[in-house]
Amino acid sequence: MKPLVVEKAQAGSWLRKLCQEFDVFGPVETKKGFYNWKRLDGTIVPHIPQGVAKVSIKTFFFPQPEVMFEFDARPTDPEAFRPIEPHCDFNPRVLFGVRPCDARSVALNAMPYREDPYFQRKRKETTIVAFLCEEGCLTCFCTLTGGSPVGIEGADMAVTELETGFFLEPVTEKGLRLLDYEFFRKPTAQEKSIAQERKKGAQKSVEDTASKLRSKDLMDLYNAHFWAAVAESCINCGACTFLCPTCYCFDIQDEALRGKGRRIRYWDSCMFPLFTQHASGHNPRGEKLKRVRNRFMHKLKYFPDRFGPISCVGCGRCVRDCPVNIDIRQVMEGLMEV
Amino acid sequence: MSIVNQKIGGEIQTIASSLLESGEVAAFLGYTKGSLPGMMRPYVARDSGEAGNLSWSSFCVINLANYLPALLRSVEPPRRPNEPPPEGQLPKVGVVATGCWSRNMVVQVQENQIDRSRVVIVGVSSRGMVDRRKVERLVGNREITAIEEEDNVLIVRGKGFEETINRWDAVRDNCKTCLHPDPVIYDELAGGLSGDRQIPDRFHEVEEIEALSVDERWKWFQEEISSCLRCYACRNVCPLCYCPTCFVDDSRPQWVGKSTDEVDTALFHILRAYHCAGRCTDCGSCESACPMGIRMRLFTKKLQKDVIELYGFEPGLEADAPLPLSTYKVDDPEDFIITAGKKGDQK
Repeated sequence: MKPLVVEKAQAGSWLRKLCQEFDVFGPVETKKGFYNWKRLDGTIVPHIPQGVAKVSIKTFFFPQPEVMFEFDARPTDPEAFRPIEPHCDFNPRVLFGVRPCDARSVALNAMPYREDPYFQRKRKETTIVAFLCEEGCLTCFCTLTGGSPVGIEGADMAVTELETGFFLEPVTEKGLRLLDYEFFRKPTAQEKSIAQERKKGAQKSVEDTASKLRSKDLMDLYNAHFWAAVAESCINCGACTFLCPTCYCFDIQDEALRGKGRRIRYWDSCMFPLFTQHASGHNPRGEKLKRVRNRFMHKLKYFPDRFGPISCVGCGRCVRDCPVNIDIRQVMEGLMEV
Repeated sequence: MSIVNQKIGGEIQTIASSLLESGEVAAFLGYTKGSLPGMMRPYVARDSGEAGNLSWSSFCVINLANYLPALLRSVEPPRRPNEPPPEGQLPKVGVVATGCWSRNMVVQVQENQIDRSRVVIVGVSSRGMVDRRKVERLVGNREITAIEEEDNVLIVRGKGFEETINRWDAVRDNCKTCLHPDPVIYDELAGGLSGDRQIPDRFHEVEEIEALSVDERWKWFQEEISSCLRCYACRNVCPLCYCPTCFVDDSRPQWVGKSTDEVDTALFHILRAYHCAGRCTDCGSCESACPMGIRMRLFTKKLQKDVIELYGFEPGLEADAPLPLSTYKVDDPEDFIITAGKKGDQK
């Protein structure tokens, strides 16, 4: 698919047009000083900050909560407790200004969710416009996870910021659809080479993290000596899992009120004791150490054993916002040395 | 290099090392350097060699009292859940404590969460801990790659900039209004004491919100918690929150919804704050831990003010003072109780 360029002066008009046809979301600075995903109305072209927004784009694929279906909950009604097909509660969406790590998280999450109709429908209706990274943050480590600052995995369109415009490369048909307007021109040879050079200059991916971890014996990693020390600092909150783009675990509940019910699924975290609590009262991961270990083992061993890549895109959110500075990069290093 | 913190850090290392060496304590809880500028990691040293990893800085923002009950259990001989502890003295642990942390330890002793005789407290007078998010804001939210701490300034570096900021400008709000920086209980001291502070308007943050109308206050509250993820970092980091099953985790009955419905989130925050009334020492861990920058400390600060006004009580200052909300006196104030027919008459 051929790349096009939109001048920065024209980008506003393009975005306005998109906002008329889609629900467009972008990272917007909040009062608290960080960037978070907000619905855009076409009046501003968001400034795409270095690094990632506070919360990952998983909020668009795993809404909090997700209504799976509604039901009539009056016991006298013969139709009671029969599911009612949920109405589609969102319009086709464009996520504008996604970083390559977040885009890649969608591709990784699609592996375990390949047969999940809720996730798949959202993926079908969502177009990801990824802004390739020029500069990483202190907490970025995508290249250690098999990703790249200029990676396009999971993205529908890749954007390279030029001095006076944006170099737009559609990756999928969905991405191509966003170029169906009159605001674009063909890139000059110079622009093409700038975009090329950026990609060539980007830090290369360290390929073998996943294969190295796959090749290790599972029980050796499980019994590694450092888990107790990692767990000792952990307060067992869910900040890491809830900020993580590839933590996708959920729990399901029925909520019923005045004859109407709904089945929801909502974010759960393997950090919480309730996550594995059995009805019998037994809890196979009753201690903090087991829960902390599970979070890392799932991402770095169980997931790659089953699907190939590690379930981490190196966005660094957990590193940045862990209240007690547990750093997954150090855990990865420890596991590689086992 | 901060001379004060370096001295404190060095003394903590020496004391911890000798306590571990002599076998007086089985473990020593303090802080070690983190992997990012402005981050420290709570750390347990288990031998005198590991004591060398202990460190001290203005970024020790998490209240170590929170780890104490579990750490004490971890050094006890292993036993089945309902088996009583063995006879005789159980192993001790050492811990670093600033003013507010030590006050939380007093509350933990009062509420039977820790056994004072098993804890060797190394007191440190707090100079006020620094809020790394304030540091970020003070340098225009640019990416920080290093923070060098001197006694009264922080030298903040990033790509293409170096700025020197006044340390006090970046100190956390709770520390700025703290009257008791010195440890209330301690067995040893690292660094000197500094005495109580005088702060005439220490509730000004609360008074600003109290001055708003009911609707404005509700709007403020809703806005403040609107970004809450329900990750429970504020709850888990709090030394007051030790219920075996928190009310938000109960499923039969289920008191509160599990998702981020605004009513459920509001209920969580209101109940969490009320559970801390008369016990909270305003240590600020909840706010420091919150990934979303929610100022939930102001909820508990309001209750702290109420408890002072109603009961004349501040928690953790005296080891044998009963906690006002778990004791009953005939002349307890009850003006705030809304009685039948008077609903809405309250101010």
